[in-house]
Amino acid sequence: MIEIEGLTKRFGPYTAVSNLSLTVNKGEVLGFLGPNGAGKSTTMKMVTGYLAATAGRVRVCGHDVETDELAAQAAIGYLPEGAPAYGDMTARQFLLFIAEVRGFKGAEAKARVTAAVEKTELEGVLDQPIETLSKGFKRRVGLAQAILHDPPVLIMDEPTDGLDPNQKHAVRNLIRGMAKEKAIIISTHLLEEVDGMCTRAVIIDRGQIVADGTPAELLARSRYHNAVTIVLPATMRADALMKVKNLASVAGTEVTVNGDTVTVTAFPRKGALPIEDISALAVREKWDVKELHAEPGRLDEVFRAITTHDAAKTKASAA
Amino acid sequence: MKHIWPIFRREFAAYFATPLAYVFIVIFLFAMGAFTFYVGHFFDNNIADLSVFFGFHPWLYLFLVPAISMRLWAEERRTGTMELLLTLPIPLWATVAGKFLAAWAFIAVALALTFPIWITVNYLGSPDNGVIVASYIGSLLMAGAYLAIGACISATTQNQVIAFVITVAVCFLFCVSGAPLVLDFFRAWAPLALINAISSFSFLTHFQAISQGVIDLRDLVFFFSLIALFLTANVVVVDLKKSGG
Repeated sequence: MIEIEGLTKRFGPYTAVSNLSLTVNKGEVLGFLGPNGAGKSTTMKMVTGYLAATAGRVRVCGHDVETDELAAQAAIGYLPEGAPAYGDMTARQFLLFIAEVRGFKGAEAKARVTAAVEKTELEGVLDQPIETLSKGFKRRVGLAQAILHDPPVLIMDEPTDGLDPNQKHAVRNLIRGMAKEKAIIISTHLLEEVDGMCTRAVIIDRGQIVADGTPAELLARSRYHNAVTIVLPATMRADALMKVKNLASVAGTEVTVNGDTVTVTAFPRKGALPIEDISALAVREKWDVKELHAEPGRLDEVFRAITTHDAAKTKASAA
Repeated sequence: MKHIWPIFRREFAAYFATPLAYVFIVIFLFAMGAFTFYVGHFFDNNIADLSVFFGFHPWLYLFLVPAISMRLWAEERRTGTMELLLTLPIPLWATVAGKFLAAWAFIAVALALTFPIWITVNYLGSPDNGVIVASYIGSLLMAGAYLAIGACISATTQNQVIAFVITVAVCFLFCVSGAPLVLDFFRAWAPLALINAISSFSFLTHFQAISQGVIDLRDLVFFFSLIALFLTANVVVVDLKKSGG
């Protein structure tokens, strides 16, 4: 439903987005990740028609954003960064204004607003001016505005920024609940969010896609993927370390001592699953195991590895 | 039209949602009165007409209209609502027109509230009410022209103070372009045709023509085409900013 082809945006000599191509289908929730300034927001602004692309094209539900802007915009629900809204209006007035602009009239407009308000739990603050609302409520007004017309495409720039853990949970449930019927793009800094609600994660750095896959696929890139962590009494450190290291499935180890316990992390050889070997070893040796678990991988580590590694490489090739 | 209406309504209501409308209207009426009675010596003239009153309009608008127009776009840019507004499915021209018309309607309300002075002259004597109606129309058209210039300038910046100062300066030039202050600068070197063209851009000349009571088509065309020109420029400026970022 969202087709992006060769999208490029230059601001003077600075290239914010460089030849980016991406397709998002119905039912997908795409987590858009990247360091600050990577081009996430710029891409979203071009998809929604706020910024004109320097090159490339975007189609939303078959409508070209450049030549058929209004049709594309009608199909999009957009939550801009910071959830801007008219502060002097009450939440109700604001949502009715959006409903009217979206072409709903009278009773239908009211019904649309009521439905959006219910989904975002705004009932209590409907008649307060938006500028007096807390950050969390403002964000939810922005969300309500974006989902009001039940758009086939939802684009949200940091939808959970500024929300407390309960509100974050509610917003994630809301997004998951809508996911089946829509194509959704969400930008976020919170990696656990990607795991929690996205079916696909795209990492961009310096305006280019550097990783694209399901959250599980990204996790598999982590050096912690299938790594095993075992916590033992500190006295057993030398013995345990040697025996773990000698296992065929283990490629390397990392050790940290915390007071009277020692944590040994064993990294697997490619494709191996050391958890079985290590648990068998622990049973055989009758170790006093405090903790033993295998890791699915760490997204933050993958994120760091991808975005800083590529940056270093570009620097090296430039020199 | 169906696109302009929601924008118009929101913008118009926004004036009254904040103290802006009330402060503006009070100052507007107070200034109109003060100039007419104290500076213009309305009573001493002993003439039952409103030419003194209308004579001050171009100068009052010079500062009051930019105060309205400066926020039209600059404020949207600063608060980020510009991004919301421009990603809603509304054609850009409708947004520009809706904003302009709302501000114009607001100024019309302020202008209409000067009606007691009309009642006053009718009570004191028997003025030519046709001239007064024509003057009101001319005054509103002139306010619209100032406003269109201000709206266009407001779209170029996110700083309202800059928008205000530049608008005052540009409007001043339009206002006095028939006066020696501007014409002497050109007279030394420019051909007569150009000088005539420049002086024909004077708001004062056109406004004074209308406030004689003669609504000449040329004066109407002048104000309407100036408004259309600057609103088109407004659309172009907003559109250019889309590609410039």
